[in-house]
Amino acid sequence: MSTSANAQAALALHRFGMGPRPGSIAAIQSDPRGALIAELDRAAAAEIVAGNLPSSAKAFRTVTDANAKRQAKAIRAKKEQEAKRQTADALPMMEDGAQAAGEMAKMAAEAVPDPGRPIYLEEARLRIAAALSAQIGFVERLVWFWSNHFCVSADKIRSMSGAYEREAIRPHVLGRFSDLLLTTEGHPAMLFYLDQTVSMGPNSVAGINRTLGLNENFAREILELHTLGVRTGYTQNDVLSFANVLTGWTLVPPGDNPEHGGEFTFNARLHEPGAQKVLGKNYEDETVEQGRAVLRDLAAQPATATHVATKLARAFIADNPPPPLVERMAKMFVDTAGDLKEVARTMVLSDEAWTQPITKLKRPNEWVVGIVRATGLTQADPARFTDGQVLLGEPLWRPPSPKGFPDDEPSWIDGMGRRLDVANNFAERVAGTTDPQEIIENVLGSSVSAQVKQAVGNAESRQQALVLLFMSAEFQRR
Amino acid sequence: MAIHRHLPSRREALLGAGTLFAWSLTPRLARAEGRDPRMLVIVLRGALDGLGAVAPVGDPDWIGLRGERALLLDGKPPALPLDSFFALNPAMPNFHRLYKAQQAAIVHATATPYRERSHFDGQDVLESGLTRPGAVDTGWLNRAMLSLTSDGRVDPRGSRVLGVGSVTPLVVRGRAPVLSWVPQRLLPASADTQSRLLDLYLHTDPKLAAALEARMRLAALGPATVSDASMVDGVPLAAAGINGVRAYFAEAAGAAARFLAKPDGPRVGALGFVGWDTHINEGAASGQLANLLGALDSALAAIETNMGDNWRQTVVAVVTEFGRTARINGTNGTDHGTGTVAFLAGGALRGGRVVADWPGLKQAQLYQDRDLKPTTDLRAVLKGLLRDHLRVDERALATSIFPDSADVSPTAGLVHAS
Repeated sequence: MSTSANAQAALALHRFGMGPRPGSIAAIQSDPRGALIAELDRAAAAEIVAGNLPSSAKAFRTVTDANAKRQAKAIRAKKEQEAKRQTADALPMMEDGAQAAGEMAKMAAEAVPDPGRPIYLEEARLRIAAALSAQIGFVERLVWFWSNHFCVSADKIRSMSGAYEREAIRPHVLGRFSDLLLTTEGHPAMLFYLDQTVSMGPNSVAGINRTLGLNENFAREILELHTLGVRTGYTQNDVLSFANVLTGWTLVPPGDNPEHGGEFTFNARLHEPGAQKVLGKNYEDETVEQGRAVLRDLAAQPATATHVATKLARAFIADNPPPPLVERMAKMFVDTAGDLKEVARTMVLSDEAWTQPITKLKRPNEWVVGIVRATGLTQADPARFTDGQVLLGEPLWRPPSPKGFPDDEPSWIDGMGRRLDVANNFAERVAGTTDPQEIIENVLGSSVSAQVKQAVGNAESRQQALVLLFMSAEFQRR
Repeated sequence: MAIHRHLPSRREALLGAGTLFAWSLTPRLARAEGRDPRMLVIVLRGALDGLGAVAPVGDPDWIGLRGERALLLDGKPPALPLDSFFALNPAMPNFHRLYKAQQAAIVHATATPYRERSHFDGQDVLESGLTRPGAVDTGWLNRAMLSLTSDGRVDPRGSRVLGVGSVTPLVVRGRAPVLSWVPQRLLPASADTQSRLLDLYLHTDPKLAAALEARMRLAALGPATVSDASMVDGVPLAAAGINGVRAYFAEAAGAAARFLAKPDGPRVGALGFVGWDTHINEGAASGQLANLLGALDSALAAIETNMGDNWRQTVVAVVTEFGRTARINGTNGTDHGTGTVAFLAGGALRGGRVVADWPGLKQAQLYQDRDLKPTTDLRAVLKGLLRDHLRVDERALATSIFPDSADVSPTAGLVHAS
């Protein structure tokens, strides 16, 4: 097979996939584009087997129950301690009696295990394994992209963060954007993350009876981040009206309902009555359908098509993607009513996708999955892996804001020192079983520069050779 | 990031029955005799410059060879005198103290049988105990655990082997069960690795070069900037620069000693320290090599401290895959060579001496006109320690432990007779 075919296959794996694994260049080099398309066409390509993992609602109930038990234990322990202190009143009481009671309460609470972390780690394990074991990983990259586009944060809602991706993102990344939009915005994790669960219309039953009121946050982020994009012509009134439309979108309180607690519900008592005008259109329906109708219309807006096409092309192709490519992807989005598989296919079949220079800096998590894949490993210890992601500045499901993690070189290039520490640590761990020359020959293929080969060949140890290789532009850029 | 493919626990489970048999032979005698020897092997990866560590200041050709980079008894700072001929790099005051107390010794002009200059192959030969590189998955120290003499002197409970580091060093891998311990601290990438990476970036990717340079400048500001950011969400970061290396060496070696000191802990162990490939700006009494030797010196001090009373039953052997060129190269460093030193320390040693059959430094005396000629087979030293300290069967030493080494006699008298 020619060098250029080999290079095209390597580019396909780095630019669109999770990076080459042993043998993967050979497997796709007869037709790299065809291999990418084939991955899109696989049935249920983005789904993963969840094993015994709970649904998001079940996970939320489990953690809420455990927290309630911890709190109860703590309160009871504190009371018992205080009762003891009163009966022993005659004795000279220790100064720090109150502090001791606090300690007892803390210990009692910790006796109840926290089920949240094991759930998070098991979700992480599945996600990491999916990225490590995929033949190319194009679909996983799309999952990561959409999960970041419609991000929630485990800092706020850890119990649901993994299940959210399985339930709301994965089923739709190769489907219609409107389905993806409706599922994510209606997911309890998103409602909780963007403070929608307590938003109520000022003239709703609950709104009149209580001091709480409208929360614009959810509506604003949908317009600004998830659909139209910032500064695309919507006004403060549009945000307000849309926020009114969305009142009542909440979740079943987890403590009250052992079967459905934590699931989505439309609570009419919170909903602002009456028609609302959003982007010049009147929405009469006063049920959950009012919000769904607005979301469907937002999905069909040309601004949404441009926003999504630009972000996708930036994530996969270049920080400043070629405008003609973005235009073609946006047109395909409009022409197919937001068929995301067709948009992805347009990107892969474009010439620009293959002729752009290899200058895009990989995000930390793409890079670290890439170096692990190069060693042939298909599993990782989730605790250690997620610790590494923290060090690299891209902690799993914990973006700094609803905007998600950034996707451009200036945001990440200063993190080279962290990458070096992680590469050094990983290289130490795998040096006994990983031959850097084999990675050069069987994993990276013809894309390795002479300078890298020379640096690796002259290294003082396998570990150092691996560090230089993992840190090389060949692994950092795509 | 990932689960390592060698899982000691699984190996232990699979092979536990066989090694229980080995243990069951030995308990009564070993305890009755009151001996409970410990041995720790430290592998310096990257090839230590033996002449930069232990200088032949009495050799008339020494100054001519190294010029202003020759360690000298009246240098700045002065080298530490060992005997009338050799002097120690001043970065190693602890080792010098032990040497004076006859608890440390040096083997000079030594090498394994490997005569090429590839680090990876050289380390494989050093750790496997074989005469040439090749696919091997067991090390001589592990195999030695399977050949303790029938009046075994190593405490049976201690025939487990300790490996320190994320990867069990090859020298302790094998059928005898291995306990692995990984230091919490991240070892920072060495200064050498950073400068090599920077060099690579300067030739291939200026933006990555600029980012890396910024990080190196920050590290050069010293530990104050590091402690500010030493944890991210409870995950410890590597301290930058030589301080991080020093801390890592001390933590790894100190922890190994604590395990070996435990009454029911392992009795032999190994760990590896990287960073010794000093091609550029090696320095002499100060600089890159001296910094590393100082970190090694602190590690040895940590071992002595944490061994407590068991120090008197301990031997630490510090070995490297090969030495470096006798002369300085064009970038103020040294290139891959052959003969080098091994450091031995521990209360069980008959120390206070440099064991060497000195080959000389004249041009014709150098190996291939460039390296210190090896005159002592490192395997002889290791065989001597295994035979006399751990009481490993001598026939096994010449066959299964160091195959094809029948003509390499164990060095006698390295440890106190007991």
